[in-house]
Amino acid sequence: MAVVFEKTKGLTDIPFHYCPGCTHGIVHRLVAEVMEELGVLNKAIGVAPVGCAVFAYEYFNCDMQEAAHGRAPAVATGIKRVHPDRVVFTYQGDGDLAAIGTAETVHAAARGENITVIFINNAIYGMTGGQMAPTSLIGQETLTTPYGRKPGNNGYPVKMCEMLSTLDGASYIERVSVYDVKHVLQAKKAIKNAFTAQINKKGFSMIEVLSSCPTNWGLSPNEALKWIKDKMEPYYPLGVYKNTLEEVKQNG
Amino acid sequence: MAKVLMKGNEALAEAAIQAGCRHYFGYPITPQNEVTAYMAKRMPEVGGVFLQAESEVSAINMVYGAGGAGARVLITSSSPGISLMQEGISYIAGAEVPCVIANIMRSGPGLGGIQPSQSDYFQATKGGGHGDYKLIVLAPSTIQEMADLVQQAFDIADKYRNPVMILGDGMLGQMMEPVDFGSIKKGENHIEEKTWATTGMGTRKKKNIINSLELDPQMLEKHNIELFKKYEKASKEEVRYEMTNCEDAEIILVAYGTIARVAKNVIELAKRENIKVGLIRPISLWPFPVEPFEKTVDHVKGYLSIEMSMGQMVEDVKLAVNGRKPVYFYGRAGGMVPESYAILEEIRKLSGGAI
Repeated sequence: MAVVFEKTKGLTDIPFHYCPGCTHGIVHRLVAEVMEELGVLNKAIGVAPVGCAVFAYEYFNCDMQEAAHGRAPAVATGIKRVHPDRVVFTYQGDGDLAAIGTAETVHAAARGENITVIFINNAIYGMTGGQMAPTSLIGQETLTTPYGRKPGNNGYPVKMCEMLSTLDGASYIERVSVYDVKHVLQAKKAIKNAFTAQINKKGFSMIEVLSSCPTNWGLSPNEALKWIKDKMEPYYPLGVYKNTLEEVKQNG
Repeated sequence: MAKVLMKGNEALAEAAIQAGCRHYFGYPITPQNEVTAYMAKRMPEVGGVFLQAESEVSAINMVYGAGGAGARVLITSSSPGISLMQEGISYIAGAEVPCVIANIMRSGPGLGGIQPSQSDYFQATKGGGHGDYKLIVLAPSTIQEMADLVQQAFDIADKYRNPVMILGDGMLGQMMEPVDFGSIKKGENHIEEKTWATTGMGTRKKKNIINSLELDPQMLEKHNIELFKKYEKASKEEVRYEMTNCEDAEIILVAYGTIARVAKNVIELAKRENIKVGLIRPISLWPFPVEPFEKTVDHVKGYLSIEMSMGQMVEDVKLAVNGRKPVYFYGRAGGMVPESYAILEEIRKLSGGAI
């Protein structure tokens, strides 16, 4: 019988630990499928973050290093400078990438470090139990903003794609989401573009994925997907923010 | 090979390159800036990588990445910068990644000053970062020794898969002395294949993971115990020290690095006054050499630890002596280097039984 679907070779057989309805699993699979389709699994070196995706080093079927909180782009830089011909990626959450690791993220992009960053933005700290993230929305209730995030006290959410796309070292920056099948497929295309940018030695690439956190948002998985669409997307518009891949530009 | 007149910082950099180091990550800080400048110029010449990071925090994590990916990698800084690196150093030790870290110490705490000091002894030898781990710490006292120890440090780091720290000070970094790089035995520096490194799987069946996370307390304790077995091996095999005039000394100075040079001068000054003074110079600060104390404790009147700090190594001296003889301390802080006559005055007091 013909095989019509099988699990990607980019993931190991270790079961994910993620909460029901969390979209980390979807994004893991997309990244793994892209690496398999591009034929780079045997030359990929990933860097896992601190936070919910801390065990990413167990899940991706390639060499992996586990970084300290926020330092993944620096660790990836070290790896890439030793092995410029390998495919090096980081997988990071919003606390990791946009708070404690802002400097590492901005400067890896500014250097045009030829790595790919997968950025999971779920507007909250997941692993530590639901505190405010730099990406939490105005008015969003979290453990550390129990009366809602207020600009006067907590400042404004950080828009990483907009910020990084101003840097000359960035080659491909896109914000996607995974709240329905159509957007999942678009996200995969974006991730492939980001890896392609790296393979073509274009410089720093990042895909921001608007993701769900049903547990810490206090919503059902379905409600959480709707929350991404209704609440997050208006503040974090989807789209390509920077693209130096000429052929992709032409294809729209 | 002819000797070359070099600054300590430059000799450190050149020695690393000759030991096969092709990756350097750093961030400028006084008084070790010659290393970054030297590496920026030399690394491209030898096909290596020099990268100035945006911070010490980032630089040490680049070292973690590069070391984990199998490279011989060096990072240098000075006291406040080393403090920033402690997070990364703990991770590197936990994940068992080899690298060489040089601290060209300046005075502290806080921003302190830029003059030479030895006030990071505790930080270097007792931890610095979080968790149960050890660095192997080597302290040169001449520029030649700086070069020699850097070479050995790479081999030791690879042997134990552990960070090795060269603990120098601003005086050693800034002074110039002739160095002979010909003494480096290239054969000893051959780099074995690092089968554990993250190089991309290639044809390898099993993936490699560099990691320090272990949430299962029993497994983490096992990891802690394994690390300490490694440190126990190092504490037997990596002890280095020098003894001068200790055989019949009544007072033995204990000093490392720059101040050990002053101590040698003091021995001569004391001789003129018929006071027999010896010197124990620990070269490895961790593992701290106990053996020279065992050899001398029976005949010596007492030990005097002299340091460019408010007294840090003196605690290890006391542990080594273990109450069998008195241990005294003399030090200067703030970036001051103790003068030979001031040390001699302390010795006179000891010899005369005044203290």
